[in-house]
Amino acid sequence: MFRTCPRRWARCKTLWGYDAVIMIFGIPIQAFLGQLLIGLINGSFYAVLSLGLAIIFGLLRVINFAHGAQYMMGAFVGFLLLSWFGVNYWLALLLAPVVVGITGIAIERFALRRLYNLDHLYGLLFTFGLALVIEGGFRYFYGTSGQPYETPKLLSGGVNLGFMYLPIYRGWVVVASLIVCIGTWLLIEKTKLGAYLRAATENPKLVQSFGINVPFLLTLTYGLGAGLAAFAGIMAAPIYQVSPLMGSNLIIVVFAIVVVGGMGSIMGAIVTGYMLGILEGLTKVFYPEASNIVIFVIMAIVLLVRPAGLFGRDV
Amino acid sequence: MTEIATTPETQHRTSNRVQLALVGILLIGLVIAPFTLYPVFLMKVLCFALFASAFNLLLGFTGLLSFGHAAFFGGAAYFTAYAVKEWNFPPEAGILLGVVGASLMGLVIGFFAIRRQGIYFAMITLALSQMFFFFCLQAEFTRGEDGLQGVPRGHLLGFIDLSDPLNMYFFVLVVFIAGVFAVWRIVNSPFGMILRSIRENEDRAISLGYSVNLYKLAAFVMSAGLAGLAGGLKALVFQFATLTDVAWQMSGEVILMTLLGGIGTIFGPIFGGAFIVTVQNYLSTTGFPVTVLTGLIFIVCVLLFRRGVVGEFNASRLAKKLGLRSRS
Repeated sequence: MFRTCPRRWARCKTLWGYDAVIMIFGIPIQAFLGQLLIGLINGSFYAVLSLGLAIIFGLLRVINFAHGAQYMMGAFVGFLLLSWFGVNYWLALLLAPVVVGITGIAIERFALRRLYNLDHLYGLLFTFGLALVIEGGFRYFYGTSGQPYETPKLLSGGVNLGFMYLPIYRGWVVVASLIVCIGTWLLIEKTKLGAYLRAATENPKLVQSFGINVPFLLTLTYGLGAGLAAFAGIMAAPIYQVSPLMGSNLIIVVFAIVVVGGMGSIMGAIVTGYMLGILEGLTKVFYPEASNIVIFVIMAIVLLVRPAGLFGRDV
Repeated sequence: MTEIATTPETQHRTSNRVQLALVGILLIGLVIAPFTLYPVFLMKVLCFALFASAFNLLLGFTGLLSFGHAAFFGGAAYFTAYAVKEWNFPPEAGILLGVVGASLMGLVIGFFAIRRQGIYFAMITLALSQMFFFFCLQAEFTRGEDGLQGVPRGHLLGFIDLSDPLNMYFFVLVVFIAGVFAVWRIVNSPFGMILRSIRENEDRAISLGYSVNLYKLAAFVMSAGLAGLAGGLKALVFQFATLTDVAWQMSGEVILMTLLGGIGTIFGPIFGGAFIVTVQNYLSTTGFPVTVLTGLIFIVCVLLFRRGVVGEFNASRLAKKLGLRSRS
């Protein structure tokens, strides 16, 4: 359906040279698709982050409050590698998750491990304290303002898709996150290591009695989860700026996503991440005022209808 | 922390006597304090101690970890500040409105949160309070980033001028004592015993025929209302209400105060609140980042002494000698 361009979209007339704009529910299609894409990009970050949370929770029964801080650390490691050693984006994409993963392993090995026999809430409180220390420390040294991180040359620029302009880097984020999510899923569902992980999730004592080093698996899992968060962080660096508090509000949204998805399945975490990201993007088109809270509202609705979450098994 | 009272009657009596003496010393100290220390600082301590006590009602005596109590504290601060400033409510009515508002919010948030347990409960309360934060960020009546400023303290009951720091201090002190007494009374009532039984073994409580969800919700609303009392007071003390009071960091702070002082003790949260406020006050003049220290205290508490200062003291030999151990 063609309608004339309303005043608020007057800019699109000059941009696109049309007198009429394709409208969907009274919204120009460019704006619609643009927000859909932004939603998809946010969803990519949500998916990778909630995947990491779900993996850690599945095995360790710890809600990793430091996940947002580890995401921030990933971005900062990339930024510091670039500014200190001139390490480029591609190497940083590999190194940042490794560095943050190693710190995660150290944290698990020396502190988190002591809390497994206690109420799970202590794990949450410990990682909360950890997040405060990490974020407070970075803020002390780098302030609250963001540091820019340049988009790698190969991925700068954009393509005109006909209906909208797509910056290549953002397309890359979606593709890369899909690769990482599917890769992690395959690792857990199709490999021997994954089989051990799943078995240890179901019954750690039994798996240990078969001679498998479960404590080592736990350590590895926390490192993997932290590494995933760092991967999301370094991917986010060129889009959002690198700032000490970039993860602190994000993590709460990811918590809500995890509640919506339920902790039952890895795939559930991934799908819910993308789904809610897109939904949030669409809310920005139709009712921008609610875009901050739409995920929380959905969480409340899901809790009423299906308390275990969309993909959850436990009640 | 959760020892059962199996001590003989005599020891019980000495323990009561010692406790009464301790309370008396504390009260005398609080009455003398404003003449030697800065009243606004003391009032801040009392507000946060009350806030932590309210929070402890839920965490310590019902076993529910709420990560969203800032919504009730900060929400009530907004309600009180708005009513006093814009509608010219007298202070007592403003605070009452804050308490009612916080209780209603507790009813709504609690209704959703009690559908899940443990970690999920914490995450849901966190998410819903964050939602309230975004609401406050965008709503008109909160004045966004500026907050509500220049809230008049007004006249209590029409004739006590609260702009006088000492009058204000004693008003805060009375409300604080009433609030902590309310917590103590709730905890030591038959209702409080049921709450404790839910904390210890929820399934058993259900099988005994208690509608556990109703009890949890009631505890949640009471805790929210008392947190609102602290928030409303704070708005009058500082004469403003801002977004920091509803931010999730505030929820974390109150957990820390309770954890540091001792979960499930009456005096723990009071000590924790006083300690954290004092440290923050001291650090604000130095360049040291407060959040780092807060986080470190968190980590140390969780790893090394989960009973908290008062909890450790109650478990110590000295406490046993004084006959305090029976009371947890």
